[in-house]
Amino acid sequence: MGLRARAFHKRVALMFGYTFYWSLVWDAWPELLAGAWLTLQLALLSMVFGTVFGLWLALVRQRGSGGAYRVASVWVELARNTPVLFQIYIMYFGLGSLGIQISSYASVLIALSFNNAGYLAEIFRGGLAAIHRQQMAAARSLGLNALQSYTHVIFPQLLRIVFYGFVTQMVWALLNTSLGMFVGLHELSGAAQAAQSVSFRSFEFFFITALIYYALAKVLEAGAYLAFSRRRT
Amino acid sequence: MQFVLSAPGLHWSDGWFLLQGALNTLWVTAVAGTFGTLAGCVLGWMRQRSIALRVLTTPYIDVVRSVPLVIQLVLANSFLSLAGFTFDTFWLCVMVLSSSMAVVTSEVVRAGLASVPANFCRSARSLGMSGLQEFIHISAPLALRTSFAAWVGLLLGLAKDSALVSVVGYVEYMKSSQILITRTNEALPLLMGVGLFYFVICYPVSRLSVALERRMAL
Repeated sequence: MGLRARAFHKRVALMFGYTFYWSLVWDAWPELLAGAWLTLQLALLSMVFGTVFGLWLALVRQRGSGGAYRVASVWVELARNTPVLFQIYIMYFGLGSLGIQISSYASVLIALSFNNAGYLAEIFRGGLAAIHRQQMAAARSLGLNALQSYTHVIFPQLLRIVFYGFVTQMVWALLNTSLGMFVGLHELSGAAQAAQSVSFRSFEFFFITALIYYALAKVLEAGAYLAFSRRRT
Repeated sequence: MQFVLSAPGLHWSDGWFLLQGALNTLWVTAVAGTFGTLAGCVLGWMRQRSIALRVLTTPYIDVVRSVPLVIQLVLANSFLSLAGFTFDTFWLCVMVLSSSMAVVTSEVVRAGLASVPANFCRSARSLGMSGLQEFIHISAPLALRTSFAAWVGLLLGLAKDSALVSVVGYVEYMKSSQILITRTNEALPLLMGVGLFYFVICYPVSRLSVALERRMAL
């Protein structure tokens, strides 16, 4: 450490009467890294499931009536009008009290997929409304079947329209994985929580954790932009 | 020797405990919502009017939007305690929640102001209105129409986010239910109560805001 940096460090320590122990965080680095990997995995997987179910919800809700429409509406309203933490608790403690024990990883993944699907359904609904109805008719008249029309004509346009909403939701999914901490999952927050409980140096641990979350969010955003720009050419 | 817990099952007196938690949720949402909205309006207005201020405030907005609220709460809590401030938990939660509310509100306010056609502002100025008059009579009412429903959505998001403040020890509705679950082991009815509580608040309000937006539309 340089002389000036050391002097600054000393002054900060004097001001707070507190010495920072960053080396403790460094010692727990493998656990934090494993947690970061778990966080990234949960965010991406829940987004994949959320997109699949969200598309289904949006398409079903377009119909405006029927049994599937009612199921989809209840799903979307429940996902959007209750806290994510509640959805995770229902999966973990709620199902547990019914005798269905699932791991904290599975309950966080299911709850987040449920949540993402609800929010993405509304994003997709706005996008679908912006695609002209005759696009579908034109695709069908060219001899494509319904599935082909959706995958080759409607969905590519849809993903282009809703791109910004989609990326925002992806960052939300990343941030929401931090709630795994509440059900004892050792994703990034949970790993930091567990690691700091040995030394109670919570500031150092959670400061580094915040930096890692920031970096992960930027990586996800950059990845989405790269994938998007390649598609547009 | 046998230990007997005083009240293992759910009791009517627990209703009082839950009510307190519910009031705490509403109170922290109301206070943080007020401060957050005021700060967000100022921030959004600044970001709309000046490029320099937009560049200056971008890192703050970027960080608040890319770090989980739980981490922000824990970090603020430990930072304030090691800096030697003694803070009431309630005000700590209000501070962090209103900061995040301010950030999302500022984006909505900025989008609302940007949606006001530039010609409207110019015509108002050419009619002799001052900048402030133009803002009060032309820009603000028009921006309010486009951003009201989005703002209500943010407020409901804040109410749902307030379920996380238990991480620094503030007992709101979610935490009080969780305490009762730990004691009585009756997870499902209590969790259903939690879901119902948030749903009953959020669902009608979001419906109402959409209806209001339609009525306000030009």
